[in-house]
Formats: sequence, C-alpha cells, structure tokens
Amino acid sequence: MTDYSPLIDGVYVLAVIFFILGLRAMASPETARRGILAAGVAMLLAVLVTFLVGGLTNNFGLIAIGIIVGGGLGWYWARVVKMTAMPQMVAVFNGMGGGAAAAIAAVELLTAVSDPTNASLSIAGAVIGSISIAGSVVAFLKLQGWMVQRAVVFPAQQVLNIIVLVAGLAFGVLTVVQATTVWLIPFFVLTLLYGILLTLRIGGADMPVVISLFNALTGIAVALDGFVLVNGVLGDAGYAMVVAGILVGAAGSLLTIKMARAMNRSIGSVLFGGFGAKEEVGGAIEGSLKPIDSDDAASLMAYANQVIIAPGYGMAVAQAQRKVKELADALEAKGVSVRFAIHPVAGRMPGHMNVLLAEAGVSYDKLYDLDEVNGQFATTDVVLVIGANDVVNPAARRQGSPLFGMPILDVDKAKSVFVIKRGQGRGFAGVENDLFYKDNCRMLYGDASAVVGRLITALEHS
Amino acid sequence: MSADIWTALLIAVLAAFVGYEVISRVPVLLHTPLMSGSNFIHGIVLVGAIVVLGFATSPIEQAIGLIAVIMGAMNVTGGYVVTERILAMFDRSKRKGGSP
Repeated sequence: MTDYSPLIDGVYVLAVIFFILGLRAMASPETARRGILAAGVAMLLAVLVTFLVGGLTNNFGLIAIGIIVGGGLGWYWARVVKMTAMPQMVAVFNGMGGGAAAAIAAVELLTAVSDPTNASLSIAGAVIGSISIAGSVVAFLKLQGWMVQRAVVFPAQQVLNIIVLVAGLAFGVLTVVQATTVWLIPFFVLTLLYGILLTLRIGGADMPVVISLFNALTGIAVALDGFVLVNGVLGDAGYAMVVAGILVGAAGSLLTIKMARAMNRSIGSVLFGGFGAKEEVGGAIEGSLKPIDSDDAASLMAYANQVIIAPGYGMAVAQAQRKVKELADALEAKGVSVRFAIHPVAGRMPGHMNVLLAEAGVSYDKLYDLDEVNGQFATTDVVLVIGANDVVNPAARRQGSPLFGMPILDVDKAKSVFVIKRGQGRGFAGVENDLFYKDNCRMLYGDASAVVGRLITALEHS
Repeated sequence: MSADIWTALLIAVLAAFVGYEVISRVPVLLHTPLMSGSNFIHGIVLVGAIVVLGFATSPIEQAIGLIAVIMGAMNVTGGYVVTERILAMFDRSKRKGGSP
C-alpha cells in the first residue's frame, strides 16, 4: 500500500495557511471575497486528500452518500433562502458543525472509552458540540418565527438549567471514571436539553450575539475532537482540526465580545439576563401617534437641507433597499444632502443593513456609524426611520426600561422624524417606543417598500 | 497521554493568538460576513467525520459516523454559500474612496 502521508500532511498545512489568510482577507471589504475563495479551495483540498488516509478502508460508499446528501442539502438550502433569512442560516449551519463534532465524539467514546485522555477530551467535545447544535436550532426557530421570539422566562428557571447542566456533566464524568458507555444516552439527552434551555432565555437583539457565541463554541468542540484524533492512530487530520477549530474559537470569541460591547451588554447579561421577557411596569407614555400622508412627508423632505435615513429590520423584510436608494437619489437630485445612520445591530445582525444597502448600490461613504452620526441629528431637518424600532427608542436612556443602557440612534433630536412602520406593534424586544409619541414624530404606516415608493412618486410630482 | 497531544496543545495556543490577531481590527460592517466565514472554516469537522466513518466497524458507529459526515458536509457547503452570497453584495456596491 502506498503511503500518502507526506502528501496528506502537506495539503493540511497548506489548508491551514489558506484558512488563516482567508480569515484575514475577510477582515477588509476589498479583499473579503478573495478570502472566502481561498478558504473554500483549502477546504476542498483538505476533504479530497482525507480519502487517501492510510487504513481508511471502510464505508467509502457511506462517506460518499453522506457528503452528497449533506453537501447537496446545505448548498441548495443556502442558495434558495432569502437574504433576510441569512442570520438564521448562519445559526443552522453552525449547529450542523456542532452536531458533527458531538457525533464524532460519540463514536470516539464508543470505540475508545477505556483511554482516559481520549474519553475526557471526547466528553468535553461532546458537551460543547451538543450545546452548540441544540442552541443553534432554537436560535434558528426563534429567528425564523417558528417559535416564540422573545426570551422565555419561567420561575426557578436558572435553578433548573443549572441542575440539567450539572447532571449532564456528572454523567460525562461517570463515563470517564468508570470507562463505560452506559451513561452516554442520559449524558447526551441532558447536554442537548441544556442547549435548548439556555437559548430559550435569550431573545430580542441579543440573538446575534448568542449565534456568534455558538459559532465560537463549535470551533472549540471541533478542536477538542482534533485532540482526540491526534491522540489516536489517525493523527494527521486531527492537527488540521485543532488549528482551524481554535482559530475559529478565538476569532469567534473576540467577535462575540465585540458584538456584545456594541450593544453595551456583557456576555453574562446576554446569556442569563432574559432580555425583554418582562413587560415594563408603569411609566405610561404621554402623547399620541400622529400619522402623516406621504405627499406631505415628501414635500417636507424635498425642502430640507439634510435628511438622514435610519433603516432597520422592516427595510430588510420588505426588500425595500433598492427603493430606498432611489429615494435617496431623488432627494439628492433636489439638492438635499442624504446620509444613512447605521446602528450596529439594526436588523438581526451586525452589518445587516450595510449588506442590504451595499446590494442596492449605496456607496460606503454615505453610511455612518452610531458614533459618527449621533452628534449630527440636532442639526438635521428630517430623519426617515424605515422599519427600525428598538434601535431608535429613547426609552433606552431611561433607567428601569428593559432597553436601558443600549446605545441608540438619537433620531428624536432632529427637527422632524418620520417613521415608516407596518402597524402599531412593538419592536423585537417587545418594548413600547417613546419616540412615536413625541411631538416631532409622524408615522407613515405601511409596508416599507410601498411607502417609499409613494414618497418617490410624490417627490417626482412636487 | 502521548507526546502528540502536547504538540497539538502548543499549536492550539499559537492558533488562538493568530485567531485573535487576525480579526482584532475588523470594522462592524464586516462582523456578519466574518461570523459566517468562520462558521465555514469550522466545517473542517467534515475531515474528522470522514476519518471516523472510514474506520467505523459496528452498525451503531456507522450510523453515528454517517450523521457526522452529513452534518459536517452541510456545515461546509451551507457555510460557504451563505458567506459568498453576503460578500457578493459588497462587491456590487460602487466604492467612492474614503475608508468605510
């Protein structure tokens, strides 16, 4: 039998270099596409070369079927899904990675539970992988709207969660200590259950942070599996998994912290806070919702010096980004300066709005971050809020509000604020919005795409 | 515990620093593509799944190994396509100077 191991190891080293360069290229808009392509080529080579691993003789048919079925499903699903559903797709595919890591650990436990090093590494990989898949699936269901989107909180929940986690870990420890596989079923059931319970408590704007956390966890689970393979007879693939897994674990952890910081939240409060689960008590809001028709809104905008557009999830849902770009062009043709104010977590993910506006052809230099734009609202004539709610809610400045402490776009400081909104419902966080009741705020009810279309028509006729 | 494990641990420590360095100065704009891209990279789990299924002998090992391969393959292709689709949107926008 030919020994291909120098070739295999060489390709794995190459793959790891490409992963690192790819990830680095993805940290800059100009090179991002080259980055994912490099990582993609590296992955393809690494998978192909794995078929040459010496002694890997069993189940070639099953492996091929698995790759075709799984790969085909993933490819098809990711192709057909709408751009607005991207956040939950990241959650799903991350969950699949976590599930694969847990399954690999399960096989390792079945075959080599007698080796304490192998068993403890596999148990650790299985715990993290199980939490990642169960949590990611719940995150997907919540974002997809297939289950209640808010944080689910019930009495003694924290106690229950801790009991489930500790019991799961105890079965894991028993497995290692007694070197037996009999406890594996309760072990997996309890760790999966913990992943579900943990994510049930999380809702609202915290969802992207938790998806990023599960992403980092999957990376760590993959690395732990890598250690198990390194320890066994089939080491080569293990090193690639250790490097790639830890790379994602570290990058993902940092990304998670950055995202949480962008919302002025800590990881602890995200995981255990139960955001937006409770209704705010008392504090009735004074004033009323005042509608305005699109002709009046359009003419006020046409005579303004500056207009700032603050988009949110409503724009994504209505796929209104191209219409919004047309509106900005029409206003600029009338000599109005138009800028976009992008909240870090507008939409369902950081950068969600940037992606959609970039798709519509809005240039980057018109997009302003929270810090850049917040000082400018006071001198702005009109702010047009398109389907954003929580990220413009002044309640975030008031102690006692569930939103308290979250940085917001200070749109209420502008001379006039127009809010495009589907109905009178609340935002994702389930908190009443003080902004809509302010004297300088007018409501434009309807689907974002339709309303913006009417504004464009009205502008053309004015 | 084999010496290989300690080698792997050393490599892991270095990889952690690389992962940290590589994205420490990334703009908010790229948080989503980066999360999606790193999601793709942990698809390397597929390689481990192939090895595990390739050495599996009993039916239960084969069944779990097959699940691992299917899930790993979904992670790889889905992760790649989602990232590619997100980044394709950036490409189409016209960039008019200035840093984002």
